[in-house]
Amino acid sequence: MDKYKQNNIDEHSLKIIKNESTDKIIALAGNPNVGKSTVFNGLTGLNQHTGNWPGKTVTIAQGNYRHKNKRFILVDLPGTYSLMANSVEEEVARDFICFGNPDVTVVIVDATCLERNLNLVLQTLEITNNVVVCVNLMDEARRKKIEIDLEKLSTELGVLVIGTSANKGKGLKELMTAVSKTAGNKKVNKTIIKYDNKIEEAVSKIEKQLNNILKNTVNARWLALRLIEGDDNLLRSIKKHLGFNRGNYKELIKMVADTKKGLHNEGFDSEVIRDKIVLNIVTKAEIISKKVLSFKSKEYNVQDRKIDKYLTSKLYGIPIMIGLLGIVFYITLIGANIPSGILAYGLFWLEDRLSDFFIWLGTPSWVHGILVLGMYRTLAWVVAVMLPPMAIFFPLFSILEDSGYLPRVAFNLDNLFKKACACGKQALTMCMGFGCNAAGIIGCRIIDSPRERLIAIITNNFVPCNGRFPTLIAVITMFFSGFIMSPLQPLISTFILTGIIVLGVIMTLFISKLLSKTILKGIPSTFTLELPPYRKPQFGKVIVRSIFDRTLFVLGRAVAIAAPAGLIIWIMANIKINNINILTHSANLLHPVAYLMGLDGYILIAFILGFPANEIVIPIIIMSYMSTGNILELDSLLALKSLLVNHGWTWLTAICVMLFSLMHWPCGTTCWTIKKETQSFKWTFVSFLVPTIVGIITCLVVANLVRLLGLV
Amino acid sequence: MAHSNIPLSKLLVNERGKVKDILLKGRIRRRLLDLGLITDTAIETLQKSPFGDPIAYLIRGTVIALRSEISSQILVEKV
Repeated sequence: MDKYKQNNIDEHSLKIIKNESTDKIIALAGNPNVGKSTVFNGLTGLNQHTGNWPGKTVTIAQGNYRHKNKRFILVDLPGTYSLMANSVEEEVARDFICFGNPDVTVVIVDATCLERNLNLVLQTLEITNNVVVCVNLMDEARRKKIEIDLEKLSTELGVLVIGTSANKGKGLKELMTAVSKTAGNKKVNKTIIKYDNKIEEAVSKIEKQLNNILKNTVNARWLALRLIEGDDNLLRSIKKHLGFNRGNYKELIKMVADTKKGLHNEGFDSEVIRDKIVLNIVTKAEIISKKVLSFKSKEYNVQDRKIDKYLTSKLYGIPIMIGLLGIVFYITLIGANIPSGILAYGLFWLEDRLSDFFIWLGTPSWVHGILVLGMYRTLAWVVAVMLPPMAIFFPLFSILEDSGYLPRVAFNLDNLFKKACACGKQALTMCMGFGCNAAGIIGCRIIDSPRERLIAIITNNFVPCNGRFPTLIAVITMFFSGFIMSPLQPLISTFILTGIIVLGVIMTLFISKLLSKTILKGIPSTFTLELPPYRKPQFGKVIVRSIFDRTLFVLGRAVAIAAPAGLIIWIMANIKINNINILTHSANLLHPVAYLMGLDGYILIAFILGFPANEIVIPIIIMSYMSTGNILELDSLLALKSLLVNHGWTWLTAICVMLFSLMHWPCGTTCWTIKKETQSFKWTFVSFLVPTIVGIITCLVVANLVRLLGLV
Repeated sequence: MAHSNIPLSKLLVNERGKVKDILLKGRIRRRLLDLGLITDTAIETLQKSPFGDPIAYLIRGTVIALRSEISSQILVEKV
């Protein structure tokens, strides 16, 4: 297996770099949510993150596998319903299949809704005959009593058809063999679908001229079809990828324009041609699927409908949604308590041993200070505070993701997003933000309208990511739930955490609306949202994936940043000016502002130093307090709480820390991603400023209101 | 016959219809066509979302949610 690479395709030339000339390039196409990523992972052994929602794969991923000593380079295209280039993803997929010159295009289809998926297969077959159809989710179809005659389907389509259940690894060997066989086929242009005579006449005229120029490198019939239906983007793509000379290109444009004018005069304008072409394809798909499909039970999706009746109902939809979120938090909070304590105990026991070791070595005290009190101690806190909640939260969240629930969340909340003049898919990108805001921001590519995409990007930070959950959970555990002193307490903290998230969603909606009425004026655009069938989550895989891909990844990032941060804190705490260390100087400087926000100078410094990664905010606070006297034996969260209380923390401080954690600048990675996605410093700056200002104002109001009322 | 066509948004939950005309133009029209929504396609109203809009429809074995701006521009014949 070769190393995983992302985006190493030159987007402008669509050329894949081969290691050997015998390498075969395989494009992987398919509707959204048909298990494309699972097939990709199954073949390459890579762990690309998969989830049960449409539009997961928005970047092109690439991986390799070997089969019978030949290397196959697999290119995972974005999920699309068609190749008509209605959106960026479709254009990317189409351009790659058409101009990227893959040796084989594998179209992955969903066995449980074959007819709709055949649309894409037929469109692909119009471009190239080197296609393998992979009918995935066969096991699910069987469970729903849907039978597919794969042999007949293969005869109808004229290409190899392989049935797979990629999540169980079934059929992948056969798929590899079929791909290998097909890669050797000569490319011939076949007519898959015949259209109206008028259209066919026009097509053959343009096709002839194209053939003269292209010398059969690209399917001219297909190109001609697209040109007469008025796909202007394609003209650009042709110019970009096919190396036309200026004269040829001009001539072609003129001919297309003339032909279109002729068709128009006979009542065939672009819209009509387009309708007729799609009508023919859809009808063909209908005919084929009737031939190959048999439903043993008419009510094959009746169970999904029953579940939807509850999960998206007027009465229960929203309460169930909040309830599910609450249950996830409840389990996380209860479950994380004890392992956190054990980890803290163990890691600090080890710290004592390390100290003993350094004393025995006889190293100078500053070496011990930097390495043990600075770096090791911060690391220990990051691990003890973060690892248990993450190891519980991520698998639970992945199970929800895998089951197909998230699109229902989008369905439930769409009306609110519509009222905020935003895209309903923003609910999906918001959910991605729960994992990681940077991922959420990349996910915003599924939103077509540039205005709505910007809104989604700017507001993505209002849902707390991986890195911020531990801060919230730690603060709640210390100040609101206590240490299993009463069975009610975890319930109270669940309530608080859920409330914080709901507040984040409300702010998302409110700020979206505000942006829509001010700097990003506009009306909501139209969209369609697919509600995929529910799937039984693969518990084993979910747990393994979420621990290895997410928990360890996030922890690794935190650890990588925690060590240097611990070092900086230790140095700041130990270099003195006028007998006061730099840390205290800085904290004193920030304190007046911080106090107004219900925080203190050290906390604000921690948030600022936490810019590279939010995970280290709490550890930095702890380190700062510990480095300024008050050396405590911190072997439990209870001791940690008394450290904070000794430094003036009240429940108000805890609330304000949580509010500011929910609403402040995006982390470094996220800012960098925003810059990359928007290609604009201005919008990156806006994305930085908006949550920061909202957070400062909220903290100011809450802190001063509480103090005014004399509640603290 | 034309007068018996109603907007899809008026098709009640659990009622079935046949698509007769799509009044939308441009990108969204193409998107609907890609989903297989052409003349005479059978469609069934499945479920309203908690706030009443969007509504989920069964189209060729897939569940697709549409906002009222779209569904009011799709004319169907009740069956």
